[in-house]
Amino acid sequence: MLDVGRHPNIELMAYSEVEQVEGSAGCFKVRVRRKARYVDEAKCTGCGACREKCPTDVLDMYNEGHSTRKAIYSWFAQGIPSTHTIDPDHCRVLQGKKCGVCQKRCEAGAIDFEQKDKIVELDIGAIIVATGYTVFDPGKIPEYRYKDLPNVVTAVEFERFLSASGPTHGHIDRPSDILARREIAELEKEESRLQKTLARYEEKAGASSQSVFEAFAAETAPPEQQQWMEKYREYLPLTEKLAALRSKAEGFTTAKRLAFIQCVGSRDLRFYPFCSGFCCMHSIKEAIIAHEHENATTSVIFGMDIRAVGKGFDEYKVRGGNKSNITYRRSRVAEIVNGPNNNPVLVYEDTQLQKVVREDFDLVILATACAPNEGMKEMAAILGIELNRFGFFKTRPENPLDTTREGIFVCGCAHSPMDIPESVAQASSAASRAVQTVTVTPAKLLKIS
Amino acid sequence: MKQNKTGENTEGLRVGVFICDCGSNIAGHLDCAEVTKYAADLPGVVFTKENLYTCSEAGISEIQNAIRENNLNRVVVASCSPRTHHPLFASSCAQAGMNPYLFEMVNIRDQCSWVHMGQRDIATAKAKDLVRMGVAKSTALEPQKDIESSVIRKILVIGGGIAGLSAAEALAGMGLEVLLVEKEERCGGLMLGLNVLETGKSAAGQVSDLAATVAATSGVTVHTASRVIEISGYIGNFRVVIETPAGKVEDTVGCIVVACGAVPLVEEGLFGYNGKDVITQMELEQRLASGSFKAARVVMIQCAGARNATREYCSRICCATAVKNAMIIKRKYPLAEVHVLYRDMQMYGDEKEQMLWDARGMGIKFHVFDQKKPPRVGDGKVTFQHAVLGETKEFTVDLTVLSTPLVARPESSQVAALMRVPCDKNGFFLEAHAKLRPLDFAADGIFVCGSARYPVTSVEARTQGLGVASRIGAILFKEKLVKSGIVAEIDQETCVGCMGCLNVCPYEAIIFNRETGVCEVKEILCKGCGNCASTCPSHSAVLRGYKPEQLLAQIRAI
Ligand SMILES: Cc1cc2nc3c(=O)[nH]c(=O)nc-3n(C[C@H](O)[C@H](O)[C@H](O)COP(=O)(O)OP(=O)(O)OC[C@H]3O[C@@H](n4cnc5c(N)ncnc54)[C@H](O)[C@@H]3O)c2cc1C
Ligand SMILES: Cc1cc2nc3c(=O)[nH]c(=O)nc-3n(C[C@H](O)[C@H](O)[C@H](O)COP(=O)(O)OP(=O)(O)OC[C@H]3O[C@@H](n4cnc5c(N)ncnc54)[C@H](O)[C@@H]3O)c2cc1C
Ligand code: SF4
Ligand code: SF4
Ligand code: SF4
Ligand code: SF4
Ligand code: SF4
Repeated sequence: MLDVGRHPNIELMAYSEVEQVEGSAGCFKVRVRRKARYVDEAKCTGCGACREKCPTDVLDMYNEGHSTRKAIYSWFAQGIPSTHTIDPDHCRVLQGKKCGVCQKRCEAGAIDFEQKDKIVELDIGAIIVATGYTVFDPGKIPEYRYKDLPNVVTAVEFERFLSASGPTHGHIDRPSDILARREIAELEKEESRLQKTLARYEEKAGASSQSVFEAFAAETAPPEQQQWMEKYREYLPLTEKLAALRSKAEGFTTAKRLAFIQCVGSRDLRFYPFCSGFCCMHSIKEAIIAHEHENATTSVIFGMDIRAVGKGFDEYKVRGGNKSNITYRRSRVAEIVNGPNNNPVLVYEDTQLQKVVREDFDLVILATACAPNEGMKEMAAILGIELNRFGFFKTRPENPLDTTREGIFVCGCAHSPMDIPESVAQASSAASRAVQTVTVTPAKLLKIS
Repeated sequence: MKQNKTGENTEGLRVGVFICDCGSNIAGHLDCAEVTKYAADLPGVVFTKENLYTCSEAGISEIQNAIRENNLNRVVVASCSPRTHHPLFASSCAQAGMNPYLFEMVNIRDQCSWVHMGQRDIATAKAKDLVRMGVAKSTALEPQKDIESSVIRKILVIGGGIAGLSAAEALAGMGLEVLLVEKEERCGGLMLGLNVLETGKSAAGQVSDLAATVAATSGVTVHTASRVIEISGYIGNFRVVIETPAGKVEDTVGCIVVACGAVPLVEEGLFGYNGKDVITQMELEQRLASGSFKAARVVMIQCAGARNATREYCSRICCATAVKNAMIIKRKYPLAEVHVLYRDMQMYGDEKEQMLWDARGMGIKFHVFDQKKPPRVGDGKVTFQHAVLGETKEFTVDLTVLSTPLVARPESSQVAALMRVPCDKNGFFLEAHAKLRPLDFAADGIFVCGSARYPVTSVEARTQGLGVASRIGAILFKEKLVKSGIVAEIDQETCVGCMGCLNVCPYEAIIFNRETGVCEVKEILCKGCGNCASTCPSHSAVLRGYKPEQLLAQIRAI
């Protein structure tokens, strides 16, 4: 990424979208909308000083909403360019309120609340479409209860949990436990507020809340202490609830018994008939990494086939089974239900014994499908190219990078589901097709004349 | 003004030191003003400046103005990581007329403000130490020149299968010259022997068309029935010798593509293989193509000879081949019974999985078996234990087809030896980086594509062939190759010829000169890793820019 950012022949236009493509191979006219960042790209050095003091917290979608970022932010620390961006939906100034903290903090003078979208027109010889994929929303499969069981997460969320820079700093905390801890923190805030109020009453009256409460119950207390007692009545159940939560939290441990469910949304005629190609491998990878973090971790991977189809992949899969406590179970999970202690319980058929099995886990990870990106149809219309029956950009096997319009090429998951090595190889091929389009050869000259 | 050979101003040392605040990233945690003041009194320093952001346009022009106005002949920047910023500062110094190798960088962000956050005094003191060391080293630096070499815009492609042909087509399409060497009489590779592809088109037809197009393209020379017998030299300038039916041909090329493919395994006795009623998918393809296929009950056995202790890998293409051929049989003879016994059906991606749906729809039966209990073949029967249902099944068959893996060609180790590139334990060529550089070798200027690297479908082989073309274009479209002057040198007087350096050099950059009896560095191949310098017992090998006296100057300043 850094190399691309620094390459003299590459102009990066991040936070931008293609709106119109006219002309033909060799001489396209492309209109690009450069969205307003409210930060001057030429001045911003990416130092992050603005971010530190911004008062507005926003759910961080880079961490799949498991942590927060500020209204002025960079998508992730190593992002290129490092230019920060103000999120206009949340920034106080851009929402018409008062703030401007970032502007004061920015010593480069890069903040510009007046910035507008810019339209640029480019002369382009060839176009490569590499718009990738999106992950399937497992909420569409009601029997897996992704929406209401906290300890059922997607592989992308789990990827963030495993990351040292992720929301849990690489510890596999269970989302139900994270929620409980967050609740404790909020209740503690409330508790300390109430404690302060009560202390004020106590000081004034020179009596403890508890004694007044008892007197109140015996109806011997003066009525002007009504308000005090109302606060105390709020306080009592709160402390009880906190105590209960705290004692529960003492028992929290990281997730150690993991289940991976494969083909969630893939190879499923209700959603996508195709195989997403990379999810078997990323489940194995995640299970191996989880085991590296915590040796007691065991994983069960539920799938129809394990598609470990790449150089060294099958060997990796076998090693995962031998050395990383992974069990591969050939089965399609029918349903997930809630068990005690928020443990998801998987219901599936043991085909050999021909009976239904219920097995509970600490955490369930869904290997969600590689779905065609949102806006594929719109993108296809802008580019004037066709989609295939699966929703990806159409190509022919004889010329696997060429779309249906001359001079426009496609690579990576916009072409079809594939892993990183294949995407990288395809990217080189698309580049080669693009160079061929713009190279003038004797044969082409002959054709024109 | 006195000048040395490279035009440097040698009239005393004139060091300029620039201290970056990095906004508040550095200045927030240590006292940059004090460090700047401190630097001003260091020996050789004639100019100091504290910048808000040294890397910004304003900061860079301050450096350049200072070089011009104060005749600086050394620049030290104390800021962030040299990994990200060294190239920017060094090239900016060069623009202002200073030799870029006289630039030195000190990292006071990662090493001071970050690690000693909240300990302002400690961070400031350490920053002073590091700056002092940096200045000391800079005074010991010597000017260097970039190393340049010419490039020959011609490419040798070894192997004329679909991968090599696609590479040749794309390279020629970019206006480059290609030398394609195929050991057989005809180009086309494995596809010449196949029946039809999953698209229904003739495999031989497709690849022959491509071979004809490539052969007719100007700039491409095809040598069939030929072999490469010698390769020497380095990126940009390889000398190659080819043995052709018309005698030896010698040529020079800038880059090399390895596309020598793989072959399907044939193993006597494997599941009763006999080439008659137990055959490979390849033989089935040939029977289907020639019309000699005759069978009403067919069983295909997947992973025959693969994913086991001897060959641990999955061959990627044989599941799709089996499904394709099962469908061809079923389409032609709807009453035929076709069973596929498998461990995992590797129908990855969109089109292949769709084939699997369609195949099931046509009535082809798929059964899982366990590796530990493989099927038994004999007496016109195939018996196996169904891994899902747990029961034993038996089929009476006319023909058993083994889906055997693609294995490395026996001669690929010789091809590898010609260029000293590595193969993996299965004999496939080993790329530089499995994820990020799948088509490159670690050695510069040599690339790999197709089944030579790992089994692939013809579509993937073609994709990779096209892909190496752009990897090569990025090198050969340059006027000349320019690389850093930070390379090793070996003192011819003191070297004792022990060859210790030769053994530790990962890039084959050191040669032993038989005439002089000492080692020499091939600058163009050296990557400046320093292995040789730290190994040499006679201290004859040194790395420019990191010579002992330069490092000692830095260390003594602690
Ligand atoms: C949980 C998980 C783990 C994985 N782990 C691995 C692994 O370990 N190894 C591996 O090989 N693969 C892994 N993969 C697969 C890997 O993510 C893909 O192979 C790879 O990301 C494909 O790259 P791409 O560039 O085609 O698409 P993407 O990564 O999707 O990139 C597309 C880019 O295009 C941008 N874009 C989209 N639309 C537009 C538009 N209209 N205009 C401008 N820009 C646009 C997007 O913002 C995005 O930056 C994993 C996938 C998942 C889901
Ligand atoms: C039974 C079977 C069925 C298949 N069916 C399909 C299918 O339906 N669809 C599909 O997409 N793919 C199919 N394939 C895969 C397809 O054959 C390969 O993807 C393709 O052949 C790979 O091309 P390649 O150029 O990498 O290698 P190859 O085809 O092996 O070509 C390599 C070439 O290099 C030459 N060579 C080797 N060593 C040297 C040397 N030292 N010097 C000079 N020349 C050398 C060889 O003679 C050969 O011509 C099938 C494969 C098999 C075995
Ligand atoms: S906007 Fe200013 S404060 Fe924020 S990262 Fe950019 S330069 Fe730093
Ligand atoms: S102006 Fe907006 S972005 Fe800046 S600090 Fe305030 S809320 Fe954050
Ligand atoms: S890669 Fe594996 S999990 Fe993903 S869709 Fe294919 S078979 Fe299912
Ligand atoms: S592609 Fe299929 S038959 Fe071939 S080795 Fe892999 S799993 Fe076995
Ligand atoms: S510095 Fe490294 S690459 Fe260069 S000759 Fe020495 S060992 Fe080889």
